[in-house]
Amino acid sequence: MNRLIGLSCVMMVILGGWVRHSPGTNSPIVPTDTIPGRFGFGRAASAAHLTRLDSDVRPDGIGLPPGSGTAGQGAVLFRAKCAACHGPGGTGGPNGALVMTAPADALALSGKRPERVIGNYWPYATTVFDYIRRAMPFNAPGSLIDDEVYALTAYLLSANKVMDSTMVLNANTLPTICMPAQHLFVPDDRRGGPEIR
Amino acid sequence: MKKNETERTPNVSRRSLLGGAATAAVALVQNALAKGWPAMAVQVGISQYELKLLDDPTRVPGLPPGEVGTRSAFEKLVKKPSDISSRSPLQDLHGIITPSDLHFERHHNGIPTVDPARYELTIHGLVHRPTVFSLADLKRFPSVSRIAFLECSGNFRTGKETMSPQEIAGLTSQSEWTGVKLSTLFREVGVKPSATWFLAEGGDAARMTRSIPVQKGFDDALIAYAQNGEALRPEQGYPVRLFLPGWEGNMSVKWLRRLELGDAPWHTREETSKYTEPVRAPGGGPGKIRQFSFEMDARSLITYPAYPAQVERGWIEIRGLAWSGRGKVVRVEVSTDAGRSWQVAELQQPVLDKAHVRFRHLWRWDGAETEICSRVTDETGYTQPTLKQLIDARGPDTGGYHLNPITPWVLKADGRVFHKPQNWR
Repeated sequence: MNRLIGLSCVMMVILGGWVRHSPGTNSPIVPTDTIPGRFGFGRAASAAHLTRLDSDVRPDGIGLPPGSGTAGQGAVLFRAKCAACHGPGGTGGPNGALVMTAPADALALSGKRPERVIGNYWPYATTVFDYIRRAMPFNAPGSLIDDEVYALTAYLLSANKVMDSTMVLNANTLPTICMPAQHLFVPDDRRGGPEIR
Repeated sequence: MKKNETERTPNVSRRSLLGGAATAAVALVQNALAKGWPAMAVQVGISQYELKLLDDPTRVPGLPPGEVGTRSAFEKLVKKPSDISSRSPLQDLHGIITPSDLHFERHHNGIPTVDPARYELTIHGLVHRPTVFSLADLKRFPSVSRIAFLECSGNFRTGKETMSPQEIAGLTSQSEWTGVKLSTLFREVGVKPSATWFLAEGGDAARMTRSIPVQKGFDDALIAYAQNGEALRPEQGYPVRLFLPGWEGNMSVKWLRRLELGDAPWHTREETSKYTEPVRAPGGGPGKIRQFSFEMDARSLITYPAYPAQVERGWIEIRGLAWSGRGKVVRVEVSTDAGRSWQVAELQQPVLDKAHVRFRHLWRWDGAETEICSRVTDETGYTQPTLKQLIDARGPDTGGYHLNPITPWVLKADGRVFHKPQNWR
């Protein structure tokens, strides 16, 4: 008997979940406690919209635009647009250094901690391009054309001695540059629990 | 006597005083100045110091209701802004909700002004239906609210005795956030199984970008458009921000304009050059750099008594905040003898997941100089370490990210309270 009541309750719940009838009418009420697969809100993103918006660059080079630049061209741009904040040659100014001033070994011997700059800390060269293009110069972000971004990237990589100063930087060559610090990066190993990491 | 005085008070109705609603604004200011009403001075932006306080506020009619509320002119709650951040005054706050205007700020190139009528969130990449959502679209989806903390991962300062909780750890705040679950939007656009990471991009002048595992998007990420019952503040990402409960604040990208689904992280500047920490290699050898350290380790901090408070001997209720990015706080312990012994503090309910919890411990101070501190344990069994334990584990070059040490306060015999500097370099 109990089992029978239980069963009928289950049936009512199941049926009630599908179709309920409001008092006084015979029109079915759609259940309100389930989320549809799609709501149909928003509009389709056009290819032109995505092209305008999507400027990010990955380490494998996906997202790099056409264009090119050299360290020589970048040196001229750097003096004009970057040195005021990052110092002559990127060796340090009001907004930090970008270029190594001495080999890490020499600094370690002298007991000084090396400044964390592109050449000794950044794991991917593509990040330099992506960041300059999206956020620099600080007072006029987005003002550089892609050739200028390639040139400044070439200048900074060359000044950090991770790239030959005569190399032409473009979408094919930039992802091939191996950064000295890349092998140092490890994923987070903290997992909670009693161990302090 | 008192009764007679009250009877002698002129019976002026509020309406007659104002001379009608149409001239209310002008009349209010004039009357406020004439009568020396301090609260009205705040409403019209006049310094408290320019006015005399009334001896007896029961002797004149009070102020009418205002369009927006005001903070008492007696309360001097301020954030401490630098060029790039401002800090919540933790020592001045009660309970667990940070008033929205006192929520900490950290920007990477200022606060943009985003027109909500033109706002769009684009979701694309490894999805079946690349879609653009307006703000109105986002608000049509089922909404959720949750109370959770937000903490910058670079939130520990030390170095001198005269530092308040705000100066030491003011880059953590807590709000009730409301929005649409990111999982709802992921289903809407049809995230492909090959998508493992997504890029979140802000619409500020830094175009802040972070790579985030897709799983977090399905777990508990929120596309938030409201904070503490109203639209987001501009400083918090108006009109829409990402909110990732328990994870380092930088990832909760403000002024959110784009989400791109991909099969690998982008290694943006803010997850390589910044927001990473050098760590000692396990078993010795050259040091490593820890990356994608998302979760905020459990932390607690006594916010009273703390610098610049001065206390008296006798009963003191020690108060503070505790939280964990990995779940719920299960226990807070307080020591009043420099860590030699610990007592379990009382936790104010409700204790919420990934949220600031208020703890209290009643203590009778005998007036002798001592050190007080707190430590939290979360539901994973993690107990807040000392700075020495952190440095032992990570090495001396670890930098300033993800430091959550036990933070002692020194009570001098005269009742002054000082930070105990925690230097390791």
